[in-house]
Amino acid sequence: MRITRAVEFSSSLRYQRPELSEAENRRLFGRAAHSHGHNYRLEVTLVGEPDPVSGMVLDLKELKELLEREIVARFDHKDLVADTPFFEKEVPTPENLAALVFRLLEAALPAGMLAAVRLHQGADCFVDVTAPEPTA
Amino acid sequence: MIAVTRRYQFPAAHVLRHPALSDDENERLYGKCANPNGHGHDYGLEVTVTGERDPKAGWIVAPDALDAIVRERVLDRFDHRLLNEDALFRAHVPTAENIAIAIHRELSDSVAAACAGRLLRVRVVETPRNHFDYEESA
Repeated sequence: MRITRAVEFSSSLRYQRPELSEAENRRLFGRAAHSHGHNYRLEVTLVGEPDPVSGMVLDLKELKELLEREIVARFDHKDLVADTPFFEKEVPTPENLAALVFRLLEAALPAGMLAAVRLHQGADCFVDVTAPEPTA
Repeated sequence: MIAVTRRYQFPAAHVLRHPALSDDENERLYGKCANPNGHGHDYGLEVTVTGERDPKAGWIVAPDALDAIVRERVLDRFDHRLLNEDALFRAHVPTAENIAIAIHRELSDSVAAACAGRLLRVRVVETPRNHFDYEESA
C-alpha cells in the first residue's frame, strides 16, 4: 500500500558557489545567481502494510505534524541559503533540495517507510527521488 | 534514483489518417480524429532526465540547456504547425503515441551530450484527460 500527502512552502534562494567570483557565478547559473523565490509543492509517498488495528499505514495526523516540523518549519518563508545550514557547500537546485528533503524525511520516518518524494518547483519543473536514496 | 522533469507546451494541429486506408476505413478507425481538415490540441510535453547531479552546479542537466534543446528540436518545429507536414510523420500517423516516440528520438542524443545523465521519459499530454509516456527500454 502506498499513501501520499502533500505540503507546500515558499522560499527564497540564489545559486552561488562560494569559491567562484560573482561574474563566474553569473556565467554558470544565469538568472538563478540572483536572489529569487519559488513556490514548492512536496508530495511524500510512504509504503507499508496497514496496521491491523488502525487500518492505517501511518496516522495522517502524525504525518502532517512530521511534515510541518521537518519541512515547513525549516523552509517556508525562509531563505534556503541564509536561514538553513544545508546550502553552504551545495547549491539549492531542485535536485539538491529534493535529495535533502528525502534524507530528512527518511531519518524522521520509521525505517523503510519512505518510498518517494516529488518536489514541484513552480508549475513547470519537478524532481522525483525514489528509494534507495541517492548519495549526498 | 533521482530524476528531473520540465514541462513545455506546443499548440499544434494533426489529422489521423493512414494513407493506405480508404476514407471509410480511416473514419472507422480514427473517428472524428480523421477529419481531413484537421483538429488540434494544446499539447503538453514533459521531459524527464535522470542521472548523477553535477557536483559543482547541483543539477542533473542545466535547465537552460535542456530548455534550449527542447526549443530547438521540438517546440520550434511543432509549435503552431500541422504535424502531418513534418518529415517525422511522413511514415507515421501523428498519434500522441507516435509523437511521444518521435520526440524521444529527437531529444535523446542531445540530452546525453548536454549532461552526465540520460533522457528517461517523454510524456505527451494531449488533453487534460489523456497522456502518453514513452521510455526507451534500457
